[in-house]
Order: sequence, then C-alpha cells, then structure tokens
Amino acid sequence: MNEVLTMAMPKGRIFEEALELLRQAGYSLPEEFEESRKLIIDLEAEKLRFILAKPMDVATYVEQGVADIGIAGKDVLLEEEPDVYELLDLKISHCYLAVAGVPGSRINEAAPKIATKYPNVASHYFREQGEQVEIIKLNGSIELAPLIGLAERIVDIVSTGQTLKENGLIEFERIAEVTSRLIANRASYRLKERRISEMVQRLSKVINK
Amino acid sequence: MVLSMPFMFEKPLGMRDSLPLLYERKKAVRLSVSSEFEAWGYQFIETPALEYYETIGEASSIQNQQMFKLLDQQGDTVVLRPDMTAPIARVAASKLLKQQVPARIAYSANVYRAQQKEGGRAAEFEQIGIENIGDGTISADSEVISLLISSLKKAGFNKFQISIGHIGFIQQLMLDILGREDRVSLLSNYLIERNYVGYRDHINSLALANIDKQRLIDILALKGKENILEKASALLENNRGTDKLNELAQLLQQLKEYGTEQYVSLDLTLMNTISYYSGLVFEVYTEGVNFPVGNGGRYNSLLKKFGRDTPATGFALRVDRLIEAMGPLREKAEIECVIFTPERKQEALVFVNERRAAGDRMVMQDLNGVTDLDSFTKNYSEVHYFIGAPGKDETP
Repeated sequence: MNEVLTMAMPKGRIFEEALELLRQAGYSLPEEFEESRKLIIDLEAEKLRFILAKPMDVATYVEQGVADIGIAGKDVLLEEEPDVYELLDLKISHCYLAVAGVPGSRINEAAPKIATKYPNVASHYFREQGEQVEIIKLNGSIELAPLIGLAERIVDIVSTGQTLKENGLIEFERIAEVTSRLIANRASYRLKERRISEMVQRLSKVINK
Repeated sequence: MVLSMPFMFEKPLGMRDSLPLLYERKKAVRLSVSSEFEAWGYQFIETPALEYYETIGEASSIQNQQMFKLLDQQGDTVVLRPDMTAPIARVAASKLLKQQVPARIAYSANVYRAQQKEGGRAAEFEQIGIENIGDGTISADSEVISLLISSLKKAGFNKFQISIGHIGFIQQLMLDILGREDRVSLLSNYLIERNYVGYRDHINSLALANIDKQRLIDILALKGKENILEKASALLENNRGTDKLNELAQLLQQLKEYGTEQYVSLDLTLMNTISYYSGLVFEVYTEGVNFPVGNGGRYNSLLKKFGRDTPATGFALRVDRLIEAMGPLREKAEIECVIFTPERKQEALVFVNERRAAGDRMVMQDLNGVTDLDSFTKNYSEVHYFIGAPGKDETP
C-alpha cells in the first residue's frame, strides 16, 4: 500500500496544468518545482516519483512499466496505440487533430500526399475514407508542407487555429478531439490497484467540479 | 536485390534463440510447473505445429493478421498453431473424450503469433498450461485456478495476482440495457481495449435513460473482493445474470477451501479478444512483468466447433514472461570443470565419474585442446586440475 507510485509526466505546458490538477486533488506538491530541470523528481511525502518525459514518450514509459501511471495526450494514444489502461479524461490541454491545407486546394489525384507528425492517425483516417495517400512523416513545422509544395494536406494538432491562420491555411476536417488522459500500466494497475484507484477518485472529483 | 538480403545472423522477425543459461532457466520453470500439473493428475500431450487454417486457425480466435499462414503441398492453407487450446479441443473431441470425461490435459509447447507493433516482440513463445474438458461445475474452475496458483508457487513466485471476471455476466447486463448484440460488442470493445475514457464517452453518446447510463458506468467500479458481488447484483433489473454472480460467489467460496483466495480479486470489467471464452475468465500478473504472465477461463462453446458440445476450462502461462519476472539470468552455470593432461586422464576420470554419479555436472577438458584457458574456465563454477606428474594437483 505504501509503495512509491511512479508517474510519467509530459514536459512543458501540460505538465503545469497537470500539476495544478494534482494540487487541487489534494496532493501537496512543492511550489518551485516547475523551474527544476531534473528529469526524475521524488516526492517522499506523497510517495510519488515523477519522470519528466517528451509528451510523445509518456505512453511508451507507461506501457513498458518504468512508470506505473502517466499523463498522455489522446493524440499520442491514437498514434502509438500503447497497451495500457486509459483511466481518466483529465480535460486539460484541450485541442483536436485536423486535416488542413491551403484554401481552395485539392488533393492531387495522381500523387496525393499528406504531411504529418502522426503517420498512424493520418494513414488510418484516410484509409477509413477510402483514400489512398502517401504519408510523409515530419517532426515539426508541419504547416510548412503545403506552403512549399511538399504535400497538399497536413494532419496536425490544432488548439486555437492561430498557427494555421498565420500561415494562410484552413482546416478541412476534424479527426478527433484531444485532451490529456491518465493512463496506467497493465501490471501496475493490478498490483498497485489501491493507490491508482485512489488517485483516479481524487482526480475525478476535481475534474467534474 | 542486395538490400533485401537478411544479415548473416539475422532471424525472422520475432524469432529468438535460447542460449544455454536461458535454456536452463526455461527448463527449470517448465519442470517445476509441469511437475505440479502432474501431481494434480493432468497428463501431457503433444500436437503438431502445423494445423489447417480452416479448422484450428478459425477456432483459435487469434486475429487473422497475427497468424503465420503457409500453403502445404496440396495447396491447403495451414497455420503455425497460434494457441494450444484449439488443437487440444480438436484432440479431445476426436479422441480423448471417447475414453474419459472429464479429461485433464496438460501441454508445454511453442505457439506462433506475428506481432503487429514493435517488431522485436516474441512471435514464437512457449506456453505451458492445462485444460479440464467435460466438467461444467464450478469445482472444475476452482481446481484450475488453484492449480494455477500452486504451480506459480512451485516455480518460486510469491507476489502475483489473479484477476477474475465473468464474460457471461457482463454480456448479459449490457444486453439487458442495450437490447442488441451489435451494440453490446461495440461497447465491449472499449473494455477489451482497456479504454475507460472511451467507454464512458460512448455511453454518454447513447440514447439511453440516465439511470441506464449510470448502470453501465457503474460496471467500471465492479472491482475488488467478494463485496462487489452485492453491488453487481444491484445493477441487475431482473434475475438474468444472478446465476453468473452465484457462480462467482461459489468460486470464491471454493477457493477459500483451497486456501488460495488471497491471490485472487474480482474485476467484472475483464474482457478480452479471445471470443471463445464464455464464462469465468482470469488474467495473472506478477511483479516485474508489464503484461499478464498467464490467462485462462471457461470456454463452453469451443468444443462445439469440433462437433462435441462439451464445457471446458483451462489456463496457459507464458514461459518467457515468467522468466522475465525472475530477473537477470545467473552468470555461470552450475557446472564444474576438470582440466587434465593425458598422463593423468585416468585419475581425472575416476574423480569425474564419482561426481557425475552423485548428480553433479562435470566437464572434462584436455588441456591441449584449449588455447585460452582463462576464458574457457571462467564459465564454470569451479575448476579442478589434473595436470603434470601423476599424484599431485597442480595449478598453472
């Protein structure tokens, strides 16, 4: 019961929102800890250990069991399809996955190309539509692709739409809504069941307020 | 075509070698588990690695794309067996059950499943398990689960947990609320994927009375010990499903008689992709492995596919995952080495024969056959020298 719970947290903006949520749920977390550059943070009093990871890697850490639980975006879960429990919608960092491109542009029938950081999601989406497209995997600045003729469409995360707008792009279709989720490793969920359930309960009270 | 050539030492995706130390650990696990199976009167059988796709492939309910399929010389599609339960059901229906019902069968065999993701995951792995075929009573279920527990203990595990659910109960409850099989399977998929967020969202999107939505959502809380059976019962509107809960209650009672109840807990949300499970199902977790090390349950409709309508229950353990749970391999085998020179070979032989007869593992090696003595001997737990002038041991 008193064993340490290891939690993989995404670095950056989601981390701060998640911390706020944990504080509201009654976990006493130090104030200064946002500025810390450490990758592993032990919170003796709460029997918690945070591992700070790239948002895309959180699901992997949890699936592999180096973290018992974690906070991952639904976009990551859709892309990586990890074998984990998806326990709770934390309803933070709300955004969505969408198909975007230059206004008025058409998909090139001869050689349709889609640029994205989410090749699985994109491939799945277009296959579902019966479209055969070539997926071009990029690691950032996806908005560039339609502007320089690399692809006719992009599949990317949209939060306010500001980035699209500034680059003269518009959204064509929404693929899925994205929020951060609390996920758990399959074995940890069984073997540390009480601690994980307790956290789920405390967090869901705060979320549904 | 140079690019598509495999590397010299490469093996097909997901295929692995077992070198001596790993092999010996596997053998030790297999030995302790199988001796427990045998102590409970289960008898081992072997079935072929290749089976017809139309029969075993279909019955196994392993996903199509996970099966290794090939054509035999007659042009029929055959599969590398993706599980052992279906082949044993075939043997039971055609032979074993004609001699004796119920039949208690054990196996330890490699099964083959192509992995979709993360190419390195094992595509060939050993399962060791039992099937109890022909007995529909809860006594058969409690025997199977208690045997599972005692084999794990025999193999040296102490910290493990068995989660038990009931497919019949959850399907009945969902069907009562949702009214149609296709709706049930849509909703079940979220539980199979362990996606509780999607499960709740899906329920909220359905045109149902709030009270029924709540009943479906409350299923997620049906986890814990015996006390949840009462909560589960409260979710039922009529008596359909009560018999399933009674089965669970009886099972827990019988596990108490076996003294194994502390290893189990209930989770009525438990569902999996193996569609032949019809009643009680369970998964086993141990510390140190991130996936279940074993699973099992009741499959009362599988035998029907082989023309014999008989209830059955059983489980399989994954040897590779049990081994993972045991931590790093030891560095040396428990083998001692005798280095001799020809003039003292006789003396060395007497020594070695005596030790071998006593059950020790002894290697004999002619000194002249070794070029690097240090790297040769460091793999043995102890080294004895019979070299030089007869009668005295000498260390080089």
